[in-house]
Amino acid sequence: MSFFKRILPHPWLSLSLLVGWQLLMNAVSAGSLIMGAFLALVIPLMTNVFWPNPPSNCRVDRLLLFVCRVFADIVLANLQVAKLILGPRRELRPAFVEYPLSLQHEFSISVLASTISLTPGTVSADISEDRKTLLIHGLDVGDEEAMIEHIRRRYEQPIKEVFECSRP
Amino acid sequence: MLQAVILFCLGIMSVALLLTFVRLIKGPDLPDRILAMDTLYINGIALIMLFGLYLDSNLFFEAALLIAVMGFISTVAIAKHLMRGNIIE
Amino acid sequence: MSGPSWVEWLIAALLLTGSLFALIGSIGLVKLPDFFMRLHGPTKATTLGVGALVIGSMLYFSQQTGEPSLHELLITFFLFLTAPVSAHMLAKAAMHEKLRREPRTRGEPWDQ
Repeated sequence: MSFFKRILPHPWLSLSLLVGWQLLMNAVSAGSLIMGAFLALVIPLMTNVFWPNPPSNCRVDRLLLFVCRVFADIVLANLQVAKLILGPRRELRPAFVEYPLSLQHEFSISVLASTISLTPGTVSADISEDRKTLLIHGLDVGDEEAMIEHIRRRYEQPIKEVFECSRP
Repeated sequence: MLQAVILFCLGIMSVALLLTFVRLIKGPDLPDRILAMDTLYINGIALIMLFGLYLDSNLFFEAALLIAVMGFISTVAIAKHLMRGNIIE
Repeated sequence: MSGPSWVEWLIAALLLTGSLFALIGSIGLVKLPDFFMRLHGPTKATTLGVGALVIGSMLYFSQQTGEPSLHELLITFFLFLTAPVSAHMLAKAAMHEKLRREPRTRGEPWDQ
């Protein structure tokens, strides 16, 4: 293990801590930079035990693209859910759907589950013991297969490309 | 113009708070009430931010952030308590 | 005064959409028939609503003081990070309690 790796076990966490501290102070000054750097060094070291191994992140550009797309989806799909909520509730078709996962890493699975929960109309409710199936509750599901296909194409494939492209 | 819009938004948020309060009273089960509390604190954040805008003061930001942190932790703690019967394992 | 500028229109639009979304989330909380469906309204519509409100407030204070005031973004980030987690915990708790489901719900929740 290199020296750099020992001092900064989670570079991304350190960077977000540093930026977060500047945001909290609402100004960038020498003092807040020093304090932020101190926190960014100490907190990852103190909490090192609790963090799962992050996957080898190789495509940051894809990650940005994915985040933008998810954000646009959140806004668009919120309009749909608003229409569903305000419309007649007799016409809603709620369903529990079992989604077969093809992601392997725990981190990418949790990213996928959070994405599913954030895009309106679906909430990820549970995951099976063997980490192979995700239970999703949908507010208005016309066709289970179409929904699974949509999630797989739109969210799971990009997440796979971002986080798991180094795997065979 | 902005003041009028802010007042109108404050009215809307008050109605939203009242609606969550209805669910909080009605229940019928414990998870429903936790969900109502969860919505209540998120709406509370919105109300505080709007009030800060109305008074033209930046001081309400810390309160809103604290409510966000505390609300999330209490929601998770109660949900966990329902599932396992204890919070810290 | 030359009337409201376009920034003010933008702020007003953000505030209005934000509070309307929050209201819709709360309406969903009251109106929908069973717990799992009620979970959808607040966790997302409300989150997006508060997100829009907070961005409006950020623009307002930036315009007011003349320098960027970005710390409201922290609230939005925090809400977007925590909303899925609390929704997941609540769904698990509800399945554990075996809450009544709407009879027309297809599929079965898992035993906890």
